Amino acid sequence: MAWVLEDGRPIYAQLVERLQVQIVSGAYPPGGKLPSVRELAAVAAVNPNTMQKAFAELEKSGLIITQGTNGRVVTEDERLIRGSKRRLARRHADAYFAGMEGLGYTRAQAADFLRAAEGKGEAEDE
Amino acid sequence: MNELIEIVGLTKAYDASHIAVNNVSLTLPRGKIIGLLGPNGSGKTTLIKMLNGLLTPTQGSIRIGGQPVGVETKAHVAYLPDRTYLSGNKKVTQILDFFCDFYADFSRERAVGMLQSLGVDPNARMGTLSKGTKEKVQLILVMSREADLYILDEPIAGVDPAARDYILRTILNNYDPNATVLISTHLIGDVEQVLDEVIFMRYGHLVLYTSVDNIRERHGKSVDAYFREVFAC
Repeated sequence: MAWVLEDGRPIYAQLVERLQVQIVSGAYPPGGKLPSVRELAAVAAVNPNTMQKAFAELEKSGLIITQGTNGRVVTEDERLIRGSKRRLARRHADAYFAGMEGLGYTRAQAADFLRAAEGKGEAEDE
Repeated sequence: MNELIEIVGLTKAYDASHIAVNNVSLTLPRGKIIGLLGPNGSGKTTLIKMLNGLLTPTQGSIRIGGQPVGVETKAHVAYLPDRTYLSGNKKVTQILDFFCDFYADFSRERAVGMLQSLGVDPNARMGTLSKGTKEKVQLILVMSREADLYILDEPIAGVDPAARDYILRTILNNYDPNATVLISTHLIGDVEQVLDEVIFMRYGHLVLYTSVDNIRERHGKSVDAYFREVFAC
């Protein structure tokens, strides 16, 4: 199925994030083989050159490794994968805080709210 | 050589007051999928017809793979016109025969495979196929050639969203790093993800030639949204 992409941001950057998520979530496990640029571009229904650019970016960060004619594999460096996971998590946290600040919460209040929401399944107003 | 198309000072004037393409200069590389975008009457089809040698430029020149437009270039350019040109009386297999005879770079195998995956009966007569299926057959014929340049004039305008997806997938599946695909359309949102680059035309002029991600990076919006802004009425 075609990947659903956002309008306002470069496509290759969104492909990088999608692939990062698939790597840190284990959908592509450490040391596992990745599909070819062509295959993945066809699955995602995106331009192969754009997918190539996303792969190049992930290679630069070390998350994926090119093995000559053997294709590409996910790194086995778990520290690198954990680091990437934290950065992605950080982005979710920032987005949450930004949303809550838009509603007039301070960061501390937003954090409390989240803890309360996690405890009760549903948060109540203070 | 990475340049595929070299257009210099290209002009087509139907008469003194009607200049369809006005002094366009443009160099396009190999290995790209490029959108040719512009409102109605911006000169897209006129430009395409000149690339195919169906219209003679009033001024300027076009080179494709280093050759001026002619018999040589036509052998390496696969063109999907904006209207049907296949006889309704012919069976799909007869049209395949015809393409095999006509184009040295036509792969019958590839065409049959694609027809099969679409469930088109090769013994059906063209006239009995639905409009959307007919368009798909025509696209399959064009994409079954091993061309340097594929020119698709409004390939998705007349078909339903599922067929649209199939067409875009066909284009992606046949991607060849040595060939370029030029797609003219005004349904930008539907093709944006598969494009490398876009050409904006207006009143026969070249307005912009840049990459999709450049527009998104610089303007923080999709090519579709940016197009609407640039061409707002």
